[in-house]
Amino acid sequence: MAVTEDTTNAGGIGARMLRKEDGKLVTGESKFIDDIHVPGELWMGMVRSTMAHARITSIDTSAAASMPGVHSVLTGAQLADMDLWAAPLPCAWPVTDDMANPPHWPVVPEVVHHVGDIVAVVLADSRYQAADAVEQVIVEYESLPAVASIEQAIADTNLAHTDLSTNKAYTWAIAPDPEGTQAAFDAAAHKVSCRFVQQRLIPAAMEPRGVLAVPSPMGGDITLYSATQVPHILKVMMAATTGIPENMIRVVAPSVGGGFGAKLNINPDESLALVLAHRLGRAVRWTETRSEAAGSTHQGRGQIQHVELASDANGKLTAIRVKIDADMGAYMMLITPGTPLLGSFLYHGVYETPKFSFTCEGWFTNRTPTDAYRGAGRPEASYAIERAMDMLSYEVGIDPIEIRRRNYINGGEPFEMWENPAGIFFDSGHYTPTLDRALEMADVAGLRAEQQARRDAGSSKQLGIGLCTYVEICGLAPSRALGGLKYAAGGWEHSTVRLLPTGKVEVVSGSTPHGQGHETSWSQIIATKMGISPDDVTVLHSDTAKSPLGLDTYGSRSLAVGGVAISMAADKVIEKARLIAAHQFEAAPEDVEFTDGSFSVAGSPSKSVHIQELGFAAFSAHDLPDGMEPNLQEQVSFDPPNFAFPFGTHVAVVEVDEDTGGVELIGYFAVDDCGNQVNPMIVEGQVHGGVVQGAAQALYEIAVYDDDANITNPSLMDYLVPSAAEMPSIVTDSTCTPSTTNPLGVKGVGEAGTIGSAAAVINAVVDALRPHGITDMKMPATPMRVRRAIEAANGGAS
Amino acid sequence: MSAGAVRVRLSVNGESHEIEVEPRTLLVHALRDSIGLTGTNVGCDTSSCGACTILVDGRSAKSCTMLAVQAEGSEIVTIEGLAATSDGDGLHPMQEAFHECHGLQCGYCTPGMILASVSLVDEYPDLDDKKVREGLEGNLCRCTGYHNIVRAVLTAAGKEA
Amino acid sequence: MIPAAFDYVRAGSAEEALAALAEHGDEAKLMAGGHSLIPLMRFRLVTPGVVVDVGNIDGDLRGIRVDGDVVRIGALTRHSELEHSTDLAASCPLLAHVASVVGDPSVRHRGTLGGSLAHADPASDLPAAILALGGSLVARGPGGEREIAASDFFTGFLESALAPDELLTEVRVPVSTGGWNYQKFNRRAQDWAIVAVAVSDGGKGVSLVNMGSTPLRATAVEEAVAGGASAAEAAAHAADGTTPPEDLNGDADYRSHLARVLTERALNAAGLA
Repeated sequence: MAVTEDTTNAGGIGARMLRKEDGKLVTGESKFIDDIHVPGELWMGMVRSTMAHARITSIDTSAAASMPGVHSVLTGAQLADMDLWAAPLPCAWPVTDDMANPPHWPVVPEVVHHVGDIVAVVLADSRYQAADAVEQVIVEYESLPAVASIEQAIADTNLAHTDLSTNKAYTWAIAPDPEGTQAAFDAAAHKVSCRFVQQRLIPAAMEPRGVLAVPSPMGGDITLYSATQVPHILKVMMAATTGIPENMIRVVAPSVGGGFGAKLNINPDESLALVLAHRLGRAVRWTETRSEAAGSTHQGRGQIQHVELASDANGKLTAIRVKIDADMGAYMMLITPGTPLLGSFLYHGVYETPKFSFTCEGWFTNRTPTDAYRGAGRPEASYAIERAMDMLSYEVGIDPIEIRRRNYINGGEPFEMWENPAGIFFDSGHYTPTLDRALEMADVAGLRAEQQARRDAGSSKQLGIGLCTYVEICGLAPSRALGGLKYAAGGWEHSTVRLLPTGKVEVVSGSTPHGQGHETSWSQIIATKMGISPDDVTVLHSDTAKSPLGLDTYGSRSLAVGGVAISMAADKVIEKARLIAAHQFEAAPEDVEFTDGSFSVAGSPSKSVHIQELGFAAFSAHDLPDGMEPNLQEQVSFDPPNFAFPFGTHVAVVEVDEDTGGVELIGYFAVDDCGNQVNPMIVEGQVHGGVVQGAAQALYEIAVYDDDANITNPSLMDYLVPSAAEMPSIVTDSTCTPSTTNPLGVKGVGEAGTIGSAAAVINAVVDALRPHGITDMKMPATPMRVRRAIEAANGGAS
Repeated sequence: MSAGAVRVRLSVNGESHEIEVEPRTLLVHALRDSIGLTGTNVGCDTSSCGACTILVDGRSAKSCTMLAVQAEGSEIVTIEGLAATSDGDGLHPMQEAFHECHGLQCGYCTPGMILASVSLVDEYPDLDDKKVREGLEGNLCRCTGYHNIVRAVLTAAGKEA
Repeated sequence: MIPAAFDYVRAGSAEEALAALAEHGDEAKLMAGGHSLIPLMRFRLVTPGVVVDVGNIDGDLRGIRVDGDVVRIGALTRHSELEHSTDLAASCPLLAHVASVVGDPSVRHRGTLGGSLAHADPASDLPAAILALGGSLVARGPGGEREIAASDFFTGFLESALAPDELLTEVRVPVSTGGWNYQKFNRRAQDWAIVAVAVSDGGKGVSLVNMGSTPLRATAVEEAVAGGASAAEAAAHAADGTTPPEDLNGDADYRSHLARVLTERALNAAGLA
């Protein structure tokens, strides 16, 4: 079903409604985790390992413990003796039956496995006193050989966990026909074999993580405030791993300053705050410092990708074979092992291929654990296929645009429910229009002329034009599908819609925003469904006491699952209200129509009532149909029948200074199709931010580890999150191919920009350098790396 | 007064305050903890991100890279007091523009970004897209990709085409 | 990241600052705008016992005065004051421009010229400008004032000729309106230069940022220019005798290459053919 733009209500589905969230955020009224304080709170200071792999031989806490304001200093061994935990920190996605999953304790009792592992915790009266005491804890280690890279992990010479026999955590594959795939390669007219590195990234949400656990004065209840994307999952996992009964734990996510996946984990600090507050009967808190975050919050990406394409003489794909080696880091956190597999179904991109094979091996290293980061597996897949397609176009000798057109699913014509070679069904797609529109917006023909002119003139500033036509999988997810993938949780989302006595509407959202504008978008859905003003809608979220059921926000799922649940709950409210209206009209319910918020009886204009007027009738319950329960409140747990598959075309334009190697992103054009849009302004904002995060991977960001597995650039001074000065304006447009997965026809757009942009930018960099015979460029394309590539291509330093 | 504490007198959002702090107290912590104005956020520890940007005597400054003692005698404006510095009852035009242009998402960088922008518009009269981008080089945002922030600043400066 | 505790002295005058330095000796650290010092203290890389705050001293220590063919700049003059000074733009545009590309606007509002020079960071912009201009620095100590040529001031990594009991009071640069240019190459606008090159007076003064343990004069380039070399010929000597640092952004070879490229561009922009 295609939802057309709401013309009767300025704040309905399709409207560029300004955000309800903004008022508190532009005035400083919002409360982020570090803004919330309670009397008597104790500050945790984490003593973190400075070694990547070592056995703790001694910890001297005496000096720290006697400092002013210090309540106590607890080591991992002491905490283990206190019997605070029922289980280690959880991994919810054991991707294979034999996956290795070494225990991950909040504070390490004996052996540290990455720099940043917590070895002791200080409890003090103030932030400053905690920081001072941490400095005075003396830890001695016996060094163990560290595994500092994926290559070292594969070599298996040193073990990241000495009680395991190999660094390999698992092997996971979709290889329906290995012999057939090999035969296709044997018979191919053209083949490319590529090795790409997805460097580790630090998610770097602007708000560092933080936690505050507040025990109630009596009764044993405890409230855990956390800067988290996943309050509901956190609550379940805290109960399961601490043994504190779930009904005594309330989790609240206050205003959360961005997540990008980094705040969807179950972290040592959260668990520590909870159990210590519970045991001590005092509030316990912690706020991460930025430089600490490289060792205290999971990182993203971290893969080596081997991608092979086979095609016929015309560049039509005949087989794709992918092998990735994925860096788990030191431990399996919540969805560490599954993150690379989220891309597994997408390594053929938007292209048809008869043969497809995907294998992933997960490897332990002595580095910060990896887990979801914006796109989570899908940017990696999109990068691999889109880079490889450019390399195939060089090999075949045709334009990168043309090779894409020749391979589009269904010839670039519209389709629904297309079965991909990995065995899943793409809900809907129509790829050619996004390509055509992007080429037009960017004036690629004009850019090509300018590029040629600069080449002819021998300019030191060369132009590059890069393309990416991506597809992604989002709207996580059908619970059965997740079960099939051994993911421990379901993929449904819950919503309650209440029509209050005074006619206002209260929506309870199980999805949990941290910048996405749910309060606005959910109000718009209600406005259109119920024919009321979005100003009459309040959205409750992010607090398990207000919203007890939910599976939270990640994987571009909020609208495609949670928003749909809200729409469906509104439908149920309307249907019950229809019965009340019919009762008041003394008409048959099937004769009562609902239009623009009003119930009426066909042919009886005097019989009309607005739905908001029925709130009080349902509340007072003086005159309801026989047997009807009072109140207008309905809830829905929506379990989607399928994923959603947004797609789009991005064009990046770069200028490469061949003398310095400097790359400037000078233009970016994005045409995305996320199905029906509830708020195009918010959609564009998501694309803008996503594009910059992907471009940042392409050009700026990398978590650099030395040979001893120490991170060398943990601060924002050395980890280069780009500013406005490095980024261009972004020109956006969209097409609309509604999803067939849900009644709103919506997909998801939170990660699309990131999934499209890294490949587009690197394709542009390589495009600029093609006259040198350069066919690939590692990320990030640093000036030194680009200059070295030019020098190498020209036979040494020039 | 605790040992080593120093008395600091400063004006914050038009109100005089006299606080006692350790000399090492960062200005941002004095504002947040001593004065209770939590709108100013901390995003890093290297003066890189600008989340803590405030106005000191009318010009943007990173309050995590100032000691509270350095603010002696200063007039400080934080996000909580910005609206009162403009004519009218509502928001400051820069706050309004960030809202109108969807120049914020999670909102964590926003107080610093808005105050840096107010200072930028005041300091550099002939702003355009490029100059706004360069002028905001010291304020990082992870959500918006900056596109709508730049539009907001140009709008507030009356430069939006 | 919180600084370690320290005692604090707010100096109301240069004399008070000097007295505090004399009293506390090696324990004391001068702070002007604090924008070099506070980041180091937050990481506890510097843990002074006493911080002597000279940031509120006014009068002669702040301001720009053109005095014949010399520009006298109070050491506590902030970067943004240099950036916006019409006097400086007219008398020494290189310095005004270099001040405008330091850090970011918020940093420029607080950071001071004297603080930046005394910090003696080889990656900083302003030391290179003063070097290329052939400027000098005035230090006041217990024995009175002395003038130190910029070329003698930077003695090692984060080390200068300033004695522990001295305060930088003034920076002097010649009026210099000949061809000038500053080429700063970095990855993000807010970052320190990977390499930068300052050229004054059509190539008579050339200096390098982040090409060694101190800010450097590119004497081989200056000599080549003086000898009539073209920009390209002179720039070929930009890395001569340097030992550039190595970090994530560049190894020594790459920095040397950048120095040559940027020097040629700077010399060209400064009017040398």
